[in-house]
Order: sequence, then structure tokens, then C-alpha cells
Amino acid sequence: MLELHGIGYRYAGYATPVLHDIDLRLADGELVGVVGANESGKSTLCLIASGLAPGSIGGGLTGSLSIDGVDMARQPLHAFATRVGIGFQNPATQLSGVTGSVFEEVALGPMNLGLPARETVERTKAALATLGITDLAEREPRRLSGGQAQLVVIASLLSMRPAHLVLDEPTAQLDPEGTRLVAEALRELASTGTGLLVAEHKTDLLDGLCSRVIVLDAGRIVLDGAADLVLADSRLEAWGVEPPSRIRLGRALAGRGSDPSAIADAVLAR
Amino acid sequence: MTSIALEGVGFVYPDGTRALTGVDLKIGGGELVAMIGQNGSGKSTLVRQLDGLLRPTEGRVLHDGADVAETRVAALATRVGIVFQNPDRQIFAGRVRTEVEFGPRILGRAPDEAAKAAREALQVVGLADLVDANPYDLGYSRRKLLTLASVLAMNTPVVVLDEPTTGQDARGVARVQRVVRELAAAGRTVIAISHDMRFVAETFARVVVMGGGRIILDGSPDEVFAEAAWPMLASTYLEPTLAARVGVRLGLGSTPTEASLVDALSKQSSGILPT
Repeated sequence: MLELHGIGYRYAGYATPVLHDIDLRLADGELVGVVGANESGKSTLCLIASGLAPGSIGGGLTGSLSIDGVDMARQPLHAFATRVGIGFQNPATQLSGVTGSVFEEVALGPMNLGLPARETVERTKAALATLGITDLAEREPRRLSGGQAQLVVIASLLSMRPAHLVLDEPTAQLDPEGTRLVAEALRELASTGTGLLVAEHKTDLLDGLCSRVIVLDAGRIVLDGAADLVLADSRLEAWGVEPPSRIRLGRALAGRGSDPSAIADAVLAR
Repeated sequence: MTSIALEGVGFVYPDGTRALTGVDLKIGGGELVAMIGQNGSGKSTLVRQLDGLLRPTEGRVLHDGADVAETRVAALATRVGIVFQNPDRQIFAGRVRTEVEFGPRILGRAPDEAAKAAREALQVVGLADLVDANPYDLGYSRRKLLTLASVLAMNTPVVVLDEPTTGQDARGVARVQRVVRELAAAGRTVIAISHDMRFVAETFARVVVMGGGRIILDGSPDEVFAEAAWPMLASTYLEPTLAARVGVRLGLGSTPTEASLVDALSKQSSGILPT
């Protein structure tokens, strides 16, 4: 369980807070989506939930973060490493830059956790296979395309098997197939008890993946509830969030055609 | 106007990875072209051939009929501006204004002209209020828009956008769409790589589909998202827009965009199409 209580945050060097009064509980095995316009605070929320803000980048935090009942305020940054993983928006920022192959890159996390070599290799192979990138194992991380790099970064997180995982737009650079593989991997991870917080603009991805969705607007949680209800909320567009295709299309086609129920079925068929 | 042609272009990276094979492609001045295809299918490699950032290892690239093999990158930069996928590989300045003025200055424009071009470009992408900000204080989506402004300010006849909607919210996507349409209206060529099929179908007149380093489809959104083309799309792990799928389920033919679907439905209910 990852819990944020009354969180407010301002970046170092800035007087104005970018997050206000954030209360959020992420249960084990729960898959929660975070949506909101650009600059609404999604990335900042990810940094706080993973301990990087203020742990690594400074800034002023009010409120508290606890993980599995432990108040993280007095914990050193490395204490976060086994409890919560984070995937950045830009995979190029995340690749370590110290490995010569994708295999080593994905193995780096488990190795640094001090796991035995056999388990490190097993986890690395499993993570690569899950995301369909076994054939990239020998490639140089710096020479990957944007989408390939994003899959490698996610594989690096999977191989660490964190108890909680925070992902900032994990599929931004992925093609539909990569997006589908990541969605399956996240679902699988949640089923093993990992709590996941996923910030995304792609509401089509969150639709059907998340049990719960949170909407951020100007640094505040303005809606938090069951995914089906939140993603169909008529206020989404006013908050700068694109409703999922099936919702948008359903509205555009409502009342049209000679057989409205056939149209509704055609929109909802998966 | 600059027309571009690739003739039998192949490309192998120094580490031996083959990225392109036998690519033939002609893009006329003022065309709006989207390039789609799975990750690693060669899209980014292909567009880097257009301004000489990469040189083909086979075949040739022509600008207005002339082979660019001997043309310096600096000269090609006046014709083709590329906005990279990753803004952090492009941004270098400590101020937004300096970042955007750099392009026109390096192309030899006077300081006041460069400043004017930068102001206009920042206005277009909605960052006019942030001229004195440090680019690295901006969020990812704004850094993407900043790199777009930097290329717009260079006023190149050809603009290449590598995944321009990544990280943009609904308003950001609409803004990018507007910028593309304005460029087209001004007669400039726009070539964009994207995984966002709805953005592609709604914005571009022509869609080039890449698979395994080759062009496997090339046509209008109506043609590329038509049911007959779905197996080809699936071969490069793409799927048509929801509007296209719904149109086929309802027997309305190819309706790649929501607007075309609504249109086809109203024609059907008014009896123009069979029900």
C-alpha cells in the first residue's frame, strides 16, 4: 500500500506550489490511471510517489508519503529502490548509459539489488520475453529507436519486480503493438500484487486496463473513482482530457442512423 | 517549393543493423504526408535521409531533381527542418528566445529578423509568454512545442515532425494539428511520423506505411485504412482507427475519421447508401 496524505509540493527555486492537498491510496495489486492536461501535475505526482521529489531534486514537500505503513520522510533515497520503481516519460533520460547491451541494461537493476546471477539472468530473460524484445538483447542501448528504448526501460523496471510501480506515460513513443504488450505486462504485474500508478494521455489504453482513474487539474485531484465512470464523465474535455475513442464516438453517433442500437454495438465491439 | 525523391534508398547503420531497403518515394512541394509503421520499421531513419543527417548507403536522395550526395548538411538545412522525437536531443540554449532565434541566425538572417521569426513561431505554438524561461524548466510537452517553434522559425519549405503529438494533451494535439494545416496552407511540405492513427487520419492527405525498412502501403487515409488494407497494417502491427472499424462493421465502407463516419451514416439514413 502506497499512501499520500495532504501532499503539497513546490519545485526548488519556485514560490508557487504545483500540487495541492493530494490524498491518494494505492492498494496492492491495484492499477490506477492518472489523467490531466499538460502541466496539471501528473509528472510531479509520479516523482513524489517514487521519492525522487524531494529526495533527489529538492523542493518543498508538505504532507506525508508512506509505503507499506512506513513513513518515508526519514528514509534514505535508496530505501525507495526496492519499494517503488519509476519509469520516466522520456526513456533516453532513464537508460543508464553505462551498459553495452540491452541485456546488461535490463540486468543492471537486479544486479544492483544484490540478487544471485542465476536469478538476475532469469528475470532479465523473462522481462525481455514479456515485452517481445528478446531479439534486441545484444543491441547497444544508445542505438535503439525511441519506441524500442521505451520497451527496454519498462523491461528494466519489470526485472526489479518492485512492490509498487509508477509510470509516467509508459507508451508515449510506442506503436499499437508495443502499447498492447505493455498493457498486458502491467495487468500481469498487478495480478501478482504490484500496485501501479500510470499517468497517461492515452485514455484508450487506460480504458479496460485500470480499475480506477484519477483526474488532476491545476495540481489538485478533481475526480477519483471507478475507471468506467471517470472516463465517461462529461467534464473530462473541460479538464483538457480526451475521452476514450469509444465514448467520444458513441456521443458523436448517438441518435444517428436508422438503427441506433446496431451502431452502439459496433462502437462497443472490441 | 521543394520536391523530394528517394530512389532505391537503402541504409545500414555502422553496427550492421539494416534499417531501409529499396525505398522509392516521391513527395511533391506542399504535400501533407504521414509516415506510420511499427517501432524500428525505419521511419526515423528515412526522414534523416531527407536533410543529409544520414546519407543513404544505397540509392540516392533528390531535391528538385538534383542528387544531394554532394550537398553539405548546412545547405540542406535551409530546405528541410526536422523536429526530433526527443526534444532533449535538440534543445541546447538556456533561454527559450535564444533557442528559437538560433535557427534563423545560423541561416544568416539579421538579428531583428530572427527575433521576429522567433516571436511569431512561439506565438504559433502557444509559448509566447515564456520567451525568457529556461527550456529545462518547461515540462516535456512544452519542450516538444519549443523544438517545433525552433524549426518553424527557420521557415524551411519542408518541415519534418518526428512524433509531434507525443506527450501532448487534447489541446496540444489540436494545436499541432492547426500548425500542420497552416503550414500546408502556406504551401510548405509537411512530413510527420506518428503512432497516433486518429491524428494521422484527420490531418494528412497521404499516408505512407513502413514495415521492415520498406514502404508497404502508400495512399490516402481512405485507402490506407480501408478494410482491404487491414492485413497489411496488421503486418506492421498497426490497427485502423475505431471510426474505420465501426464504419466497416456497419457496412459503410472506408471511414477513417469520425467526421467521415458521421457523414456516411447520415447518407445511409437519408437513403443515399443502402442500409
